[in-house]
Amino acid sequence: MNEFCVELRDVVKRFPTPEGSEVFAVDHVTMQIKNGEFFSMLGPSGCGKTTSLRMVAGFEWPTVGEVYIEGEAMGRRPPYLRPVNTVFQSYALFPHMSVAENVAYGLEMEKTPKYEIKRRVGEILEMVKLSGMERRKPRQLSGGQQQRVALARALVKHPKVLLLDEPLGALDLKLRKEMQLELKALQQEVGITFVYVTHDQEEALTMSDRIAVMDHGRVLQIGAPVEIYERPNSRFVADFIGETNFLSGEARAIEEDRVTVYIPSLKDELVGAKAAPVNVGDQVVVSMRPEKIRLASDRALPQNCFSGIVLNTAYIGSDTRVIVDLGGAPLAVWEQNKISTLDPEAYYAPGEQVWVVVLPENALVLQDV
Amino acid sequence: MLRKLREDRSFQGAVLISPTLLFMIGLLIIPLLLTLVISFGSRAPDGTVIYGFSFDNYVRLSGVRTECDNGKSLCLDPIYIQILSRSLSLAFNTTVLAILMAYPLAYFIARAPARKRNTFLFLILVPMWTNFIIRVYAWMMLLRTQGVINSVIGWLAGLVGLHFTPFEMLYTQGAVLVGMVYEFLPFMILPIYTSLEKIELSLYEASADLGARPFRTFLRMTLPLSIPGVVAGTILVFVPVMGTFIVSDLLGGRQIVLVGNLIQNQFLIARDPTFGSAASLMLMTLTLIVTYFYTRKFGFGEEIVTA
Ligand SMILES: Nc1ncnc2c1ncn2[C@@H]1O[C@H](COP(=O)(O)OP(=O)(O)OP(=O)(O)O)[C@@H](O)[C@H]1O
Ligand SMILES: [Mg+2]
Repeated sequence: MNEFCVELRDVVKRFPTPEGSEVFAVDHVTMQIKNGEFFSMLGPSGCGKTTSLRMVAGFEWPTVGEVYIEGEAMGRRPPYLRPVNTVFQSYALFPHMSVAENVAYGLEMEKTPKYEIKRRVGEILEMVKLSGMERRKPRQLSGGQQQRVALARALVKHPKVLLLDEPLGALDLKLRKEMQLELKALQQEVGITFVYVTHDQEEALTMSDRIAVMDHGRVLQIGAPVEIYERPNSRFVADFIGETNFLSGEARAIEEDRVTVYIPSLKDELVGAKAAPVNVGDQVVVSMRPEKIRLASDRALPQNCFSGIVLNTAYIGSDTRVIVDLGGAPLAVWEQNKISTLDPEAYYAPGEQVWVVVLPENALVLQDV
Repeated sequence: MLRKLREDRSFQGAVLISPTLLFMIGLLIIPLLLTLVISFGSRAPDGTVIYGFSFDNYVRLSGVRTECDNGKSLCLDPIYIQILSRSLSLAFNTTVLAILMAYPLAYFIARAPARKRNTFLFLILVPMWTNFIIRVYAWMMLLRTQGVINSVIGWLAGLVGLHFTPFEMLYTQGAVLVGMVYEFLPFMILPIYTSLEKIELSLYEASADLGARPFRTFLRMTLPLSIPGVVAGTILVFVPVMGTFIVSDLLGGRQIVLVGNLIQNQFLIARDPTFGSAASLMLMTLTLIVTYFYTRKFGFGEEIVTA
């Protein structure tokens, strides 16, 4: 068996625009998706996620490059001959068919015997907790239930790969969270490779084994959630995933994986971790996550310690979110409320003078692009 | 009054439908009742109506005759039954032909790029700018013995040196059928187009994704979802074809008498409004019965989706 379940090799997809030019919806994308993996494509609107997924499903063909499924080049093979199934964002349930008929549809196309269809439809509906709703029409179901039918309809065919295009996009927040967990559990239960498209970074982080972060038709970084969050390889990825602060500056010295950066706004040097290829003299940005910055009342370290003034604070229970004026620019710092107290002295207040402390490993030095 | 209009739902409804309602009562219900009353009367020698209550006209329609054999026995004269069944079969054939022609066209337009769809729909409506009767006359020009079609074929035959006897096309059942299909085709295309156009593209993709080849997708998804349009189109075509007399008059001549012609003759030529009324009601009842059973079987369409 091939190691990669789905592979995109240097795929380009251009669309003609009405204005007569062309857009690169997908621009030289290479991705290798492993068997049994929960793989997400994450990126802002218009970055080419849907187009990439549709090329795997066979609804679009690459302009250049090739899509492989189980090591086999797909070429211009139509969707009905590919061993993948799709869960559409709009669900695309057949309105004239009952739940059971919708789910049975794909099996009937395979000429599965009647008794077997009946058994498998029953099984899968039980798995997605829709038993007893077999005879309902899609319109008689809630959004979440329709979503499950769409899932059952695709899963019942035991595809090699299940493609999901923002399947939870239409659900409200609470149901969304529930379904995220359910989907993940279901994926582990059936062991099918999931290729999941979303623009919700939290969703991607909680569910995925690996994530491909995309922007403008390109893949910027592929990695496990922890790699993407803790070691973003570019300013875009650091910015898109989670919250972060950026300080711009110039690389002054590089020593193994430590970079000394001169920050003009602070008129001071900051030592950070080298997270992308940089050279001395490069314009760089330093990315610092708000939960990884400390505040202190006096100068705690000889270096990486800068004085600032608290601009405002927001108490949100687990954290206090503090905005510090650091050399004229706002810096977000999340202080965990580790001690239970009502004493106002224990919390920062606007106007207060503070020291901002950041450890070198928490300050990632990236190319400023 | 205004306040009642704001607050009372059923009053709102009554206000909204009252113009239509008045119109319908004045121009449909009352005339229908008059027709019913007249149909029970009998014809005076000068062509006016003698009101009464007799079933003579209906008996005559049924074809049962009492005056055979000097009034001593009953016999059956099926002429009116023949006219009715001819009308029915013509309406049926017209509808079937219209469906067969309209469906592929509607499908083609519905799947065309959005920009082009309006152009195509516009083209379908263009002939309707010309008067109905003028369009039928155009068919006469095409079909007559010395008409366009025969002339062209004759000219072509002449080129290869063949002798050509012109086809007798005008004043045949076929001519009436062609004329009817031509006149009513747009009423079949538009509703079918509407229901096809409503099918989302993602449904076609879902079907293919689940392993259905294009033809299976058509049978299992497209066709069932477009039935509402076919039903609506069928009613829009079948009902008027049952009643028109112009097409059969001009393209069928004396040969092809339909119920519409029969009724028209009774009022304008035979000057027997009582028999004409009975025939009108007969036609209406028949059409209603056919439509009733048809919609009982296929619904008005929307149940397919909602039920
Ligand atoms: N059929 C098409 N014709 C022309 N341009 C297209 C077509 N499909 C997509 N595009 C363009 O390709 C780019 C990528 O689109 P795509 O739908 O893949 O984005 P996406 O990442 O799925 O975005 P979203 O999160 O908004 O769904 C966009 O700029 C879009 O305008
Ligand atoms: Mg998309």
